[in-house]
Amino acid sequence: MVTAAVSISHIHKHYGSLHALQGIHFDIPKGCFFGLLGPNGAGKSTLINIMAGLVRSTQGSVRIMDHDVRQQWRQARYALGVVPQELAIDPFFTVYEVLRLQSGYFGLGRENKPWIDELLDILNLTDKAHTNLQKLSGGMKRRVLIALALVHKPPVFVLDEPTAGVDVELRKVLWEFTTHLHQKGHTIVLTTHYIEEAERLCEQIAILDEGKLVALDDKAVLLARYPYRLLRLSLLDRNIVLPTSLQDKVHSFLKDELVLRLHREKDHIGSILDALRIANIQFSDLHTEESSLEEVFLSLTHKDKGK
Amino acid sequence: MNWYGLYTLFGKEVWRFMKVATQTILTPIITVLLYLLVFVSVLEEHVEVYDNISYTAFLISGLIMMSIIQNAFANTSSSLFQSKMMGSLVFMLLPPLSSFEFYLAFIGAAVVRGLIVGLGVWIATLWFLVLPIYNIGILFIFAILGSAILGTLGLIASIWADKWDQISGFQNFIILPLTFLSGVFYRIETLPEFWEKMSYYNPFFYMIDGFRYGFFGVSEISVTISLSIVSIFFVTLTAISLWILHIGYKIRY
Ligand SMILES: Nc1ncnc2c1ncn2[C@@H]1O[C@H](COP(=O)(O)OP(=O)(O)OP(=O)(O)O)[C@@H](O)[C@H]1O
Ligand SMILES: [Mg+2]
Repeated sequence: MVTAAVSISHIHKHYGSLHALQGIHFDIPKGCFFGLLGPNGAGKSTLINIMAGLVRSTQGSVRIMDHDVRQQWRQARYALGVVPQELAIDPFFTVYEVLRLQSGYFGLGRENKPWIDELLDILNLTDKAHTNLQKLSGGMKRRVLIALALVHKPPVFVLDEPTAGVDVELRKVLWEFTTHLHQKGHTIVLTTHYIEEAERLCEQIAILDEGKLVALDDKAVLLARYPYRLLRLSLLDRNIVLPTSLQDKVHSFLKDELVLRLHREKDHIGSILDALRIANIQFSDLHTEESSLEEVFLSLTHKDKGK
Repeated sequence: MNWYGLYTLFGKEVWRFMKVATQTILTPIITVLLYLLVFVSVLEEHVEVYDNISYTAFLISGLIMMSIIQNAFANTSSSLFQSKMMGSLVFMLLPPLSSFEFYLAFIGAAVVRGLIVGLGVWIATLWFLVLPIYNIGILFIFAILGSAILGTLGLIASIWADKWDQISGFQNFIILPLTFLSGVFYRIETLPEFWEKMSYYNPFFYMIDGFRYGFFGVSEISVTISLSIVSIFFVTLTAISLWILHIGYKIRY
Protein backbone atom coordinates (compact mmCIF):
# COMPACT_ATOMS: atom_id res chain seq x y z
CA MET A 1 0.00 0.00 0.00
CA VAL A 2 1.22 3.43 -0.88
CA THR A 3 0.86 6.03 1.80
CA ALA A 4 2.70 8.92 0.22
CA ALA A 5 0.65 11.73 -1.30
CA VAL A 6 3.80 13.15 -2.82
CA SER A 7 6.89 11.10 -3.35
CA ILE A 8 10.01 12.99 -4.34
CA SER A 9 12.96 10.88 -5.32
CA HIS A 10 16.49 12.07 -5.96
CA ILE A 11 15.51 15.32 -7.61
CA HIS A 12 18.22 17.45 -9.15
CA LYS A 13 17.61 20.69 -10.95
CA HIS A 14 20.23 22.69 -12.80
CA TYR A 15 19.55 26.16 -14.14
CA GLY A 16 22.61 26.59 -16.32
CA SER A 17 25.48 26.49 -13.85
CA LEU A 18 23.22 26.85 -10.82
CA HIS A 19 22.53 23.59 -9.01
CA ALA A 20 19.18 24.70 -7.58
CA LEU A 21 18.09 21.33 -6.17
CA GLN A 22 20.68 18.81 -5.13
CA GLY A 23 19.25 15.34 -4.71
CA ILE A 24 16.03 16.09 -2.82
CA HIS A 25 14.48 12.89 -1.59
CA PHE A 26 11.51 12.61 0.74
CA ASP A 27 7.83 11.65 0.98
CA ILE A 28 4.84 13.65 2.07
CA PRO A 29 2.36 11.27 3.72
CA LYS A 30 -1.28 11.23 2.73
CA GLY A 31 -3.43 13.47 4.86
CA CYS A 32 -0.47 15.35 6.27
CA PHE A 33 -0.26 19.08 6.85
CA PHE A 34 3.25 19.55 5.61
CA GLY A 35 5.48 22.60 5.92
CA LEU A 36 8.22 23.34 3.41
CA LEU A 37 10.51 25.98 4.82
CA GLY A 38 13.73 27.59 3.76
CA PRO A 39 15.31 30.97 3.14
CA ASN A 40 14.91 32.89 -0.14
CA GLY A 41 16.37 31.00 -3.05
CA ALA A 42 16.44 27.67 -1.19
CA GLY A 43 14.56 25.96 -4.00
CA LYS A 44 11.06 25.65 -2.52
CA SER A 45 9.23 27.07 -5.51
CA THR A 46 11.40 25.11 -7.90
CA LEU A 47 10.45 21.90 -6.09
CA ILE A 48 6.76 22.81 -6.11
CA ASN A 49 6.90 23.68 -9.80
CA ILE A 50 8.48 20.32 -10.53
CA MET A 51 5.57 18.68 -8.70
CA ALA A 52 3.18 20.70 -10.86
CA GLY A 53 4.96 20.01 -14.14
CA LEU A 54 5.79 23.70 -14.63
CA VAL A 55 9.49 23.00 -14.26
CA ARG A 56 11.22 19.84 -15.37
CA SER A 57 13.77 18.21 -13.14
CA THR A 58 17.19 17.53 -14.58
CA GLN A 59 17.22 14.20 -12.77
CA GLY A 60 14.94 12.22 -10.48
CA SER A 61 11.20 11.79 -10.37
CA VAL A 62 8.12 12.95 -8.49
CA ARG A 63 4.89 11.04 -7.97
CA ILE A 64 1.62 12.65 -6.91
CA MET A 65 -0.84 10.16 -5.40
CA ASP A 66 1.30 7.48 -7.04
CA HIS A 67 1.22 9.06 -10.51
CA ASP A 68 4.53 10.03 -12.05
CA VAL A 69 4.40 13.70 -13.03
CA ARG A 70 6.14 13.03 -16.35
CA GLN A 71 4.72 9.64 -17.39
CA GLN A 72 1.22 9.88 -15.93
CA TRP A 73 0.99 13.62 -16.10
CA ARG A 74 -2.76 13.74 -16.62
CA GLN A 75 -3.62 11.83 -13.45
CA ALA A 76 -0.89 13.65 -11.54
CA ARG A 77 -2.34 17.02 -12.53
CA TYR A 78 -5.87 16.01 -11.58
CA ALA A 79 -4.53 15.08 -8.16
CA LEU A 80 -2.75 18.37 -7.54
CA GLY A 81 -3.90 21.92 -6.87
CA VAL A 82 -1.21 24.59 -6.75
CA VAL A 83 -1.41 28.19 -5.62
CA PRO A 84 1.57 29.79 -7.34
CA GLN A 85 3.76 32.27 -5.52
CA GLU A 86 3.34 34.96 -8.17
CA LEU A 87 0.10 36.94 -8.32
CA ALA A 88 -0.67 36.33 -11.99
CA ILE A 89 -4.13 37.00 -13.37
CA ASP A 90 -5.90 37.12 -16.71
CA PRO A 91 -7.14 40.69 -17.15
CA PHE A 92 -9.86 39.76 -19.63
CA PHE A 93 -12.20 37.97 -17.28
CA THR A 94 -14.18 38.24 -14.07
CA VAL A 95 -13.66 36.10 -10.98
CA TYR A 96 -16.54 33.82 -11.81
CA GLU A 97 -15.49 33.51 -15.46
CA VAL A 98 -11.93 32.40 -14.68
CA LEU A 99 -13.20 29.88 -12.17
CA ARG A 100 -15.60 28.43 -14.69
CA LEU A 101 -12.85 28.27 -17.31
CA GLN A 102 -10.38 26.66 -14.94
CA SER A 103 -12.95 24.09 -13.98
CA GLY A 104 -13.55 23.43 -17.69
CA TYR A 105 -9.85 22.81 -18.33
CA PHE A 106 -10.16 19.98 -15.83
CA GLY A 107 -13.07 18.59 -17.80
CA LEU A 108 -15.73 19.80 -15.39
CA GLY A 109 -18.84 21.49 -16.70
CA ARG A 110 -22.01 22.89 -15.21
CA GLU A 111 -22.15 20.15 -12.60
CA ASN A 112 -19.25 21.87 -10.84
CA LYS A 113 -21.12 25.14 -10.31
CA PRO A 114 -22.22 24.39 -6.71
CA TRP A 115 -18.61 23.81 -5.74
CA ILE A 116 -17.50 27.05 -7.42
CA ASP A 117 -20.22 28.91 -5.53
CA GLU A 118 -19.12 27.28 -2.32
CA LEU A 119 -15.50 28.28 -2.93
CA LEU A 120 -16.57 31.86 -3.61
CA ASP A 121 -18.53 31.82 -0.40
CA ILE A 122 -15.81 30.31 1.80
CA LEU A 123 -13.20 32.69 0.41
CA ASN A 124 -15.50 35.68 0.79
CA LEU A 125 -15.52 36.44 -2.91
CA THR A 126 -19.23 36.17 -3.61
CA ASP A 127 -19.78 39.91 -3.96
CA LYS A 128 -16.74 40.16 -6.24
CA ALA A 129 -17.79 37.24 -8.44
CA HIS A 130 -18.61 39.48 -11.39
CA THR A 131 -15.75 41.92 -10.97
CA ASN A 132 -12.93 41.95 -13.47
CA LEU A 133 -9.76 40.47 -12.00
CA GLN A 134 -7.82 43.60 -12.79
CA LYS A 135 -9.95 45.56 -10.37
CA LEU A 136 -9.23 43.38 -7.35
CA SER A 137 -6.82 44.19 -4.56
CA GLY A 138 -3.77 41.99 -4.02
CA GLY A 139 -5.37 40.06 -1.19
CA MET A 140 -8.48 39.37 -3.25
CA LYS A 141 -6.38 38.18 -6.17
CA ARG A 142 -4.65 35.82 -3.76
CA ARG A 143 -8.04 34.41 -2.78
CA VAL A 144 -8.95 33.93 -6.43
CA LEU A 145 -5.70 32.01 -6.95
CA ILE A 146 -6.63 29.77 -4.05
CA ALA A 147 -10.09 29.14 -5.47
CA LEU A 148 -8.55 28.41 -8.89
CA ALA A 149 -6.26 25.81 -7.37
CA LEU A 150 -9.22 24.06 -5.77
CA VAL A 151 -11.82 24.03 -8.58
CA HIS A 152 -11.19 20.36 -9.31
CA LYS A 153 -11.11 19.27 -5.63
CA PRO A 154 -7.56 17.96 -5.71
CA PRO A 155 -6.54 15.57 -2.93
CA VAL A 156 -3.16 17.33 -2.70
CA PHE A 157 -3.18 21.08 -2.21
CA VAL A 158 0.03 23.08 -2.42
CA LEU A 159 0.33 26.70 -1.36
CA ASP A 160 3.50 28.57 -2.25
CA GLU A 161 3.71 31.43 0.24
CA PRO A 162 -0.01 32.18 0.36
CA THR A 163 0.32 34.59 3.27
CA ALA A 164 3.03 36.83 1.85
CA GLY A 165 1.76 40.41 1.92
CA VAL A 166 -1.61 39.39 3.26
CA ASP A 167 -3.39 41.20 6.10
CA VAL A 168 -4.09 39.65 9.48
CA GLU A 169 -7.72 38.93 8.74
CA LEU A 170 -7.08 37.14 5.48
CA ARG A 171 -4.28 35.18 7.08
CA LYS A 172 -6.74 33.94 9.69
CA VAL A 173 -9.23 33.03 6.95
CA LEU A 174 -6.50 31.05 5.21
CA TRP A 175 -5.48 29.27 8.36
CA GLU A 176 -9.03 28.23 9.07
CA PHE A 177 -9.64 27.26 5.50
CA THR A 178 -6.54 25.09 5.13
CA THR A 179 -7.19 23.50 8.51
CA HIS A 180 -10.71 22.72 7.38
CA LEU A 181 -9.44 21.11 4.15
CA HIS A 182 -6.91 19.16 6.14
CA GLN A 183 -9.62 17.84 8.42
CA LYS A 184 -11.57 16.74 5.37
CA GLY A 185 -8.60 14.57 4.41
CA HIS A 186 -6.69 16.72 1.94
CA THR A 187 -2.93 16.65 2.02
CA ILE A 188 -1.67 20.20 2.45
CA VAL A 189 1.79 21.45 1.52
CA LEU A 190 2.56 24.96 2.70
CA THR A 191 5.60 27.13 2.19
CA THR A 192 5.90 30.22 4.25
CA HIS A 193 8.43 32.62 5.69
CA TYR A 194 6.32 33.08 8.81
CA ILE A 195 7.79 30.40 10.97
CA GLU A 196 5.13 30.73 13.64
CA GLU A 197 2.57 29.96 10.96
CA ALA A 198 4.27 26.67 10.13
CA GLU A 199 4.70 25.93 13.81
CA ARG A 200 1.03 26.45 14.38
CA LEU A 201 -0.35 24.53 11.40
CA CYS A 202 2.06 21.89 10.21
CA GLU A 203 2.47 18.35 11.48
CA GLN A 204 5.64 17.65 9.55
CA ILE A 205 8.26 20.05 8.41
CA ALA A 206 11.00 19.92 5.82
CA ILE A 207 13.66 22.58 5.70
CA LEU A 208 15.50 23.30 2.48
CA ASP A 209 18.65 25.35 2.28
CA GLU A 210 20.63 26.07 -0.85
CA GLY A 211 19.02 23.21 -2.72
CA LYS A 212 19.54 20.64 0.03
CA LEU A 213 17.18 19.08 2.52
CA VAL A 214 18.60 20.01 5.91
CA ALA A 215 15.80 18.71 8.11
CA LEU A 216 12.67 16.62 7.86
CA ASP A 217 10.70 15.53 10.88
CA ASP A 218 7.56 15.77 12.89
CA LYS A 219 7.24 19.23 14.28
CA ALA A 220 7.57 18.03 17.89
CA VAL A 221 10.70 16.03 17.14
CA LEU A 222 12.21 18.92 15.27
CA LEU A 223 11.52 21.25 18.15
CA ALA A 224 12.96 18.81 20.65
CA ARG A 225 16.13 18.51 18.62
CA TYR A 226 16.93 22.01 19.66
CA PRO A 227 17.67 21.55 23.34
CA TYR A 228 17.49 25.16 24.44
CA ARG A 229 14.87 27.30 26.01
CA LEU A 230 14.81 30.99 26.69
CA LEU A 231 14.63 32.85 29.98
CA ARG A 232 13.29 36.36 29.62
CA LEU A 233 14.02 38.88 32.34
CA SER A 234 12.68 42.42 32.63
CA LEU A 235 15.44 44.28 34.45
CA LEU A 236 14.85 47.08 36.91
CA ASP A 237 18.19 48.62 36.08
CA ARG A 238 19.86 47.99 32.80
CA ASN A 239 23.35 48.96 33.99
CA ILE A 240 24.47 45.58 35.17
CA VAL A 241 27.58 43.49 35.14
CA LEU A 242 26.83 39.90 34.25
CA PRO A 243 28.76 37.23 36.06
CA THR A 244 31.16 35.44 33.69
CA SER A 245 29.30 32.17 34.13
CA LEU A 246 26.27 33.72 32.38
CA GLN A 247 27.96 35.72 29.68
CA ASP A 248 28.00 32.99 27.07
CA LYS A 249 24.30 32.34 27.64
CA VAL A 250 23.12 35.75 26.52
CA HIS A 251 20.72 35.37 23.63
CA SER A 252 19.83 39.03 23.38
CA PHE A 253 19.96 42.14 25.50
CA LEU A 254 17.78 44.95 24.24
CA LYS A 255 16.82 47.94 26.36
CA ASP A 256 15.95 46.42 29.74
CA GLU A 257 15.05 42.97 28.50
CA LEU A 258 17.70 40.37 28.99
CA VAL A 259 17.16 37.00 27.31
CA LEU A 260 19.27 34.04 28.31
CA ARG A 261 19.46 30.83 26.36
CA LEU A 262 19.51 27.82 28.60
CA HIS A 263 20.25 24.23 27.81
CA ARG A 264 17.38 22.01 28.84
CA GLU A 265 19.53 19.52 30.72
CA LYS A 266 22.77 21.26 31.60
CA ASP A 267 21.46 24.55 32.93
CA HIS A 268 19.26 24.66 36.00
CA ILE A 269 17.00 27.62 36.40
CA GLY A 270 17.63 27.56 40.16
CA SER A 271 21.37 28.00 39.85
CA ILE A 272 20.95 30.69 37.18
CA LEU A 273 18.69 32.66 39.50
CA ASP A 274 21.19 32.21 42.31
CA ALA A 275 23.95 33.60 40.11
CA LEU A 276 21.80 36.61 39.28
CA ARG A 277 21.04 37.27 42.92
CA ILE A 278 24.70 37.07 43.87
CA ALA A 279 25.51 39.59 41.15
CA ASN A 280 22.73 41.78 42.56
CA ILE A 281 20.80 41.89 39.29
CA GLN A 282 17.20 42.77 39.98
CA PHE A 283 14.27 42.16 37.71
CA SER A 284 10.59 42.94 37.78
CA ASP A 285 9.39 39.95 35.79
CA LEU A 286 10.60 36.72 34.30
CA HIS A 287 9.28 33.94 32.15
CA THR A 288 10.62 31.01 30.20
CA GLU A 289 9.94 30.10 26.60
CA GLU A 290 10.28 26.75 24.93
CA SER A 291 12.44 26.79 21.85
CA SER A 292 10.53 27.88 18.80
CA LEU A 293 10.72 26.62 15.30
CA GLU A 294 12.32 29.87 14.36
CA GLU A 295 15.45 29.03 16.32
CA VAL A 296 15.54 25.53 14.92
CA PHE A 297 15.20 27.01 11.49
CA LEU A 298 17.93 29.56 12.00
CA SER A 299 20.31 27.07 13.54
CA LEU A 300 19.80 24.65 10.65
CA THR A 301 20.01 27.13 7.82
CA HIS A 302 23.05 28.88 9.27
CA LYS A 303 21.49 32.22 8.70
CA ASP A 304 21.62 33.25 12.36
CA LYS A 305 25.22 34.41 12.30
CA GLY A 306 24.68 37.43 10.14
CA LYS A 307 21.79 38.75 12.19
CA MET B 1 -8.19 13.27 -25.00
CA ASN B 2 -9.50 15.88 -22.59
CA TRP B 3 -12.20 17.04 -25.02
CA TYR B 4 -14.04 19.24 -22.60
CA GLY B 5 -10.81 20.92 -21.54
CA LEU B 6 -9.88 21.50 -25.17
CA TYR B 7 -13.32 22.91 -25.89
CA THR B 8 -13.11 25.22 -22.87
CA LEU B 9 -9.70 26.57 -23.85
CA PHE B 10 -10.83 27.07 -27.43
CA GLY B 11 -13.97 28.80 -26.19
CA LYS B 12 -11.94 31.02 -23.92
CA GLU B 13 -9.70 32.13 -26.78
CA VAL B 14 -12.68 32.97 -28.98
CA TRP B 15 -14.39 34.73 -26.09
CA ARG B 16 -11.23 36.76 -25.45
CA PHE B 17 -11.15 38.28 -28.93
CA MET B 18 -14.93 38.73 -28.98
CA LYS B 19 -14.68 40.78 -25.78
CA VAL B 20 -12.51 43.26 -27.66
CA ALA B 21 -14.21 42.87 -31.03
CA THR B 22 -13.80 46.51 -32.02
CA GLN B 23 -10.08 46.07 -31.95
CA THR B 24 -9.86 42.48 -33.18
CA ILE B 25 -12.54 42.45 -35.88
CA LEU B 26 -13.81 45.90 -36.76
CA THR B 27 -10.46 47.67 -36.99
CA PRO B 28 -8.91 45.09 -39.36
CA ILE B 29 -11.97 45.30 -41.62
CA ILE B 30 -11.71 49.08 -41.81
CA THR B 31 -7.98 48.85 -42.51
CA VAL B 32 -8.64 46.60 -45.48
CA LEU B 33 -11.28 48.97 -46.82
CA LEU B 34 -8.72 51.77 -46.70
CA TYR B 35 -6.25 49.67 -48.68
CA LEU B 36 -8.98 49.02 -51.15
CA LEU B 37 -9.89 52.68 -51.61
CA VAL B 38 -6.28 53.71 -52.11
CA PHE B 39 -5.18 50.91 -54.40
CA VAL B 40 -8.31 50.73 -56.50
CA SER B 41 -8.39 54.45 -57.21
CA VAL B 42 -4.72 54.49 -58.12
CA LEU B 43 -4.29 51.21 -59.92
CA GLU B 44 -7.61 50.16 -61.42
CA GLU B 45 -6.76 51.51 -64.87
CA HIS B 46 -3.10 50.51 -64.84
CA VAL B 47 -2.77 46.96 -63.61
CA GLU B 48 -3.58 44.09 -65.90
CA VAL B 49 -4.53 40.87 -64.17
CA TYR B 50 -6.60 38.16 -65.83
CA ASP B 51 -8.87 38.56 -68.84
CA ASN B 52 -12.43 39.21 -67.78
CA ILE B 53 -11.45 39.91 -64.18
CA SER B 54 -11.32 43.49 -63.03
CA TYR B 55 -8.43 44.67 -60.90
CA THR B 56 -10.88 45.52 -58.12
CA ALA B 57 -12.19 41.96 -58.00
CA PHE B 58 -8.63 40.61 -58.09
CA LEU B 59 -7.54 42.91 -55.30
CA ILE B 60 -10.54 42.27 -53.07
CA SER B 61 -10.02 38.52 -53.20
CA GLY B 62 -6.37 38.98 -52.25
CA LEU B 63 -7.20 41.42 -49.47
CA ILE B 64 -9.72 39.01 -47.97
CA MET B 65 -7.05 36.32 -47.70
CA MET B 66 -4.54 38.84 -46.40
CA SER B 67 -6.88 39.90 -43.62
CA ILE B 68 -7.65 36.29 -42.76
CA ILE B 69 -4.03 35.31 -42.31
CA GLN B 70 -2.88 38.51 -40.60
CA ASN B 71 -5.61 38.26 -38.01
CA ALA B 72 -4.95 34.61 -37.38
CA PHE B 73 -1.35 35.51 -36.64
CA ALA B 74 -2.36 38.43 -34.46
CA ASN B 75 -4.72 36.27 -32.45
CA THR B 76 -2.35 33.59 -31.21
CA SER B 77 0.65 35.85 -30.94
CA SER B 78 -1.03 38.51 -28.84
CA SER B 79 -3.08 36.20 -26.66
CA LEU B 80 -0.34 33.74 -25.89
CA PHE B 81 2.37 36.33 -25.51
CA GLN B 82 0.25 38.38 -23.17
CA SER B 83 -0.55 35.44 -20.92
CA LYS B 84 3.08 34.42 -20.95
CA MET B 85 4.13 37.90 -19.85
CA MET B 86 1.36 38.33 -17.28
CA GLY B 87 2.05 34.89 -15.88
CA SER B 88 -1.54 33.74 -16.35
CA LEU B 89 -0.23 31.10 -18.76
CA VAL B 90 0.33 28.86 -15.71
CA PHE B 91 -3.43 28.37 -15.46
CA MET B 92 -3.33 26.71 -18.86
CA LEU B 93 -0.22 24.71 -17.99
CA LEU B 94 -1.43 23.31 -14.66
CA PRO B 95 -4.54 21.48 -15.95
CA PRO B 96 -4.43 18.11 -17.70
CA LEU B 97 -4.19 19.51 -21.24
CA SER B 98 -1.73 17.94 -23.65
CA SER B 99 0.45 19.90 -26.06
CA PHE B 100 -1.82 18.76 -28.84
CA GLU B 101 -4.99 19.92 -27.08
CA PHE B 102 -3.34 23.22 -26.26
CA TYR B 103 -2.29 23.58 -29.89
CA LEU B 104 -5.73 22.74 -31.27
CA ALA B 105 -7.47 25.20 -28.96
CA PHE B 106 -5.24 28.11 -29.91
CA ILE B 107 -5.14 27.34 -33.62
CA GLY B 108 -8.87 26.73 -33.67
CA ALA B 109 -9.50 30.17 -32.21
CA ALA B 110 -7.06 31.75 -34.69
CA VAL B 111 -8.95 30.13 -37.57
CA VAL B 112 -12.27 31.38 -36.23
CA ARG B 113 -10.92 34.91 -35.88
CA GLY B 114 -9.44 34.74 -39.41
CA LEU B 115 -12.70 33.51 -40.89
CA ILE B 116 -14.81 36.12 -39.09
CA VAL B 117 -12.59 38.97 -40.27
CA GLY B 118 -12.44 37.49 -43.78
CA LEU B 119 -16.20 37.20 -43.90
CA GLY B 120 -16.50 40.75 -42.58
CA VAL B 121 -14.24 42.07 -45.31
CA TRP B 122 -16.20 40.14 -47.92
CA ILE B 123 -19.48 41.62 -46.67
CA ALA B 124 -18.04 45.13 -46.49
CA THR B 125 -16.73 44.91 -50.04
CA LEU B 126 -20.09 43.81 -51.44
CA TRP B 127 -20.64 47.53 -51.66
CA PHE B 128 -17.81 47.74 -54.23
CA LEU B 129 -18.65 44.62 -56.12
CA VAL B 130 -19.96 41.11 -55.75
CA LEU B 131 -17.24 38.52 -56.27
CA PRO B 132 -18.17 35.43 -58.22
CA ILE B 133 -17.76 32.17 -56.33
CA TYR B 134 -16.24 29.43 -58.44
CA ASN B 135 -15.71 26.82 -55.74
CA ILE B 136 -16.67 27.52 -52.14
CA GLY B 137 -14.93 24.36 -50.89
CA ILE B 138 -11.59 25.59 -52.22
CA LEU B 139 -12.19 28.97 -50.60
CA PHE B 140 -12.74 27.39 -47.21
CA ILE B 141 -9.85 24.94 -47.49
CA PHE B 142 -7.39 27.73 -48.26
CA ALA B 143 -8.89 30.09 -45.70
CA ILE B 144 -8.65 27.44 -42.99
CA LEU B 145 -5.19 26.21 -43.93
CA GLY B 146 -3.90 29.77 -44.30
CA SER B 147 -5.22 30.91 -40.95
CA ALA B 148 -4.04 27.70 -39.27
CA ILE B 149 -0.54 28.27 -40.68
CA LEU B 150 -0.41 31.86 -39.51
CA GLY B 151 -1.95 30.92 -36.17
CA THR B 152 0.84 28.40 -35.76
CA LEU B 153 3.46 30.98 -36.68
CA GLY B 154 1.93 33.27 -34.07
CA LEU B 155 2.16 30.52 -31.50
CA ILE B 156 5.81 29.86 -32.29
CA ALA B 157 6.64 33.57 -32.28
CA SER B 158 4.96 34.21 -28.94
CA ILE B 159 6.67 31.29 -27.24
CA TRP B 160 10.03 32.32 -28.63
CA ALA B 161 9.75 36.05 -27.93
CA ASP B 162 10.81 37.63 -24.67
CA LYS B 163 9.70 41.17 -25.51
CA TRP B 164 6.85 42.80 -27.42
CA ASP B 165 9.45 44.23 -29.80
CA GLN B 166 10.28 40.75 -30.96
CA ILE B 167 6.64 39.97 -31.71
CA SER B 168 6.21 43.12 -33.73
CA GLY B 169 9.58 42.50 -35.40
CA PHE B 170 8.34 39.07 -36.42
CA GLN B 171 5.20 40.69 -37.77
CA ASN B 172 6.88 43.61 -39.54
CA PHE B 173 9.95 41.89 -40.92
CA ILE B 174 8.59 38.44 -41.77
CA ILE B 175 4.82 38.30 -42.00
CA LEU B 176 4.22 41.69 -43.61
CA PRO B 177 6.85 41.48 -46.40
CA LEU B 178 5.88 37.91 -47.20
CA THR B 179 2.23 38.97 -47.47
CA PHE B 180 2.91 42.03 -49.57
CA LEU B 181 5.18 40.11 -51.91
CA SER B 182 2.77 37.23 -52.27
CA GLY B 183 0.64 38.64 -55.06
CA VAL B 184 -2.13 40.25 -53.07
CA PHE B 185 -1.82 43.43 -55.13
CA TYR B 186 -0.55 42.14 -58.47
CA ARG B 187 0.04 39.01 -60.51
CA ILE B 188 3.55 37.74 -59.96
CA GLU B 189 3.71 36.94 -63.66
CA THR B 190 3.90 40.68 -64.32
CA LEU B 191 7.03 41.01 -62.14
CA PRO B 192 10.59 41.11 -63.48
CA GLU B 193 11.87 37.58 -63.86
CA PHE B 194 14.04 37.57 -60.75
CA TRP B 195 11.19 38.65 -58.47
CA GLU B 196 8.80 36.28 -60.15
CA LYS B 197 11.17 33.40 -59.39
CA MET B 198 11.63 34.60 -55.82
CA SER B 199 7.88 34.63 -55.34
CA TYR B 200 7.75 30.90 -55.89
CA TYR B 201 9.76 30.51 -52.67
CA ASN B 202 7.18 32.48 -50.74
CA PRO B 203 4.68 30.08 -49.18
CA PHE B 204 2.19 32.91 -48.80
CA PHE B 205 1.96 33.17 -52.58
CA TYR B 206 0.40 29.71 -52.74
CA MET B 207 -2.19 30.60 -50.09
CA ILE B 208 -3.28 33.71 -51.96
CA ASP B 209 -3.20 32.08 -55.37
CA GLY B 210 -5.15 29.02 -54.28
CA PHE B 211 -7.69 31.11 -52.41
CA ARG B 212 -8.22 33.32 -55.43
CA TYR B 213 -8.82 30.24 -57.54
CA GLY B 214 -11.85 29.56 -55.34
CA PHE B 215 -13.41 32.80 -56.59
CA PHE B 216 -12.40 32.92 -60.25
CA GLY B 217 -11.41 29.42 -61.27
CA VAL B 218 -8.11 30.74 -62.62
CA SER B 219 -4.73 30.89 -60.92
CA GLU B 220 -1.09 31.47 -61.66
CA ILE B 221 -0.19 27.88 -60.94
CA SER B 222 -2.23 24.72 -60.64
CA VAL B 223 -4.41 24.66 -57.54
CA THR B 224 -3.31 21.10 -56.83
CA ILE B 225 0.26 22.30 -56.53
CA SER B 226 -0.62 25.21 -54.30
CA LEU B 227 -2.78 23.01 -52.10
CA SER B 228 0.06 20.51 -51.74
CA ILE B 229 2.61 23.16 -50.91
CA VAL B 230 0.34 24.88 -48.42
CA SER B 231 -0.44 21.52 -46.79
CA ILE B 232 3.22 20.61 -46.50
CA PHE B 233 3.93 23.99 -44.98
CA PHE B 234 1.10 23.52 -42.52
CA VAL B 235 2.18 20.04 -41.47
CA THR B 236 5.78 21.16 -41.02
CA LEU B 237 4.88 24.15 -38.88
CA THR B 238 2.46 22.09 -36.83
CA ALA B 239 5.14 19.52 -36.16
CA ILE B 240 7.58 22.24 -35.11
CA SER B 241 5.12 23.87 -32.77
CA LEU B 242 4.03 20.59 -31.22
CA TRP B 243 7.68 19.79 -30.63
CA ILE B 244 8.26 23.19 -29.01
CA LEU B 245 5.25 22.68 -26.77
CA HIS B 246 6.29 19.13 -25.99
CA ILE B 247 9.77 20.03 -24.79
CA GLY B 248 8.32 23.00 -22.92
CA TYR B 249 10.64 25.47 -24.65
CA LYS B 250 10.54 28.73 -22.67
CA ILE B 251 7.30 27.83 -20.92
CA ARG B 252 8.12 24.78 -18.83
CA TYR B 253 11.68 25.34 -17.70
N1 LIG C 1 13.73 30.06 -14.31
C1 LIG C 1 14.86 30.15 -13.63
N2 LIG C 1 16.03 30.32 -14.27
C2 LIG C 1 17.19 30.40 -13.59
N3 LIG C 1 17.29 30.31 -12.26
C3 LIG C 1 16.17 30.13 -11.55
C4 LIG C 1 14.90 30.04 -12.20
N4 LIG C 1 13.96 29.86 -11.24
C5 LIG C 1 14.61 29.85 -10.07
N5 LIG C 1 15.94 30.00 -10.24
C6 LIG C 1 16.97 30.00 -9.19
O1 LIG C 1 16.83 28.82 -8.43
C7 LIG C 1 17.05 29.07 -7.05
C8 LIG C 1 15.86 28.58 -6.25
O2 LIG C 1 14.76 29.44 -6.54
P1 LIG C 1 13.33 29.22 -5.92
O3 LIG C 1 12.43 30.18 -6.56
O4 LIG C 1 12.99 27.78 -6.03
O5 LIG C 1 13.57 29.60 -4.40
P2 LIG C 1 12.52 29.70 -3.22
O6 LIG C 1 12.99 28.77 -2.15
O7 LIG C 1 11.15 29.51 -3.71
O8 LIG C 1 12.74 31.20 -2.74
P3 LIG C 1 11.67 32.27 -2.22
O9 LIG C 1 11.52 32.03 -0.76
O10 LIG C 1 12.38 33.56 -2.46
O11 LIG C 1 10.43 32.13 -2.98
C9 LIG C 1 17.33 30.56 -6.93
O12 LIG C 1 18.72 30.74 -6.86
C10 LIG C 1 16.78 31.13 -8.21
O13 LIG C 1 17.51 32.25 -8.59
MG1 LIG D 1 9.50 30.65 -3.83
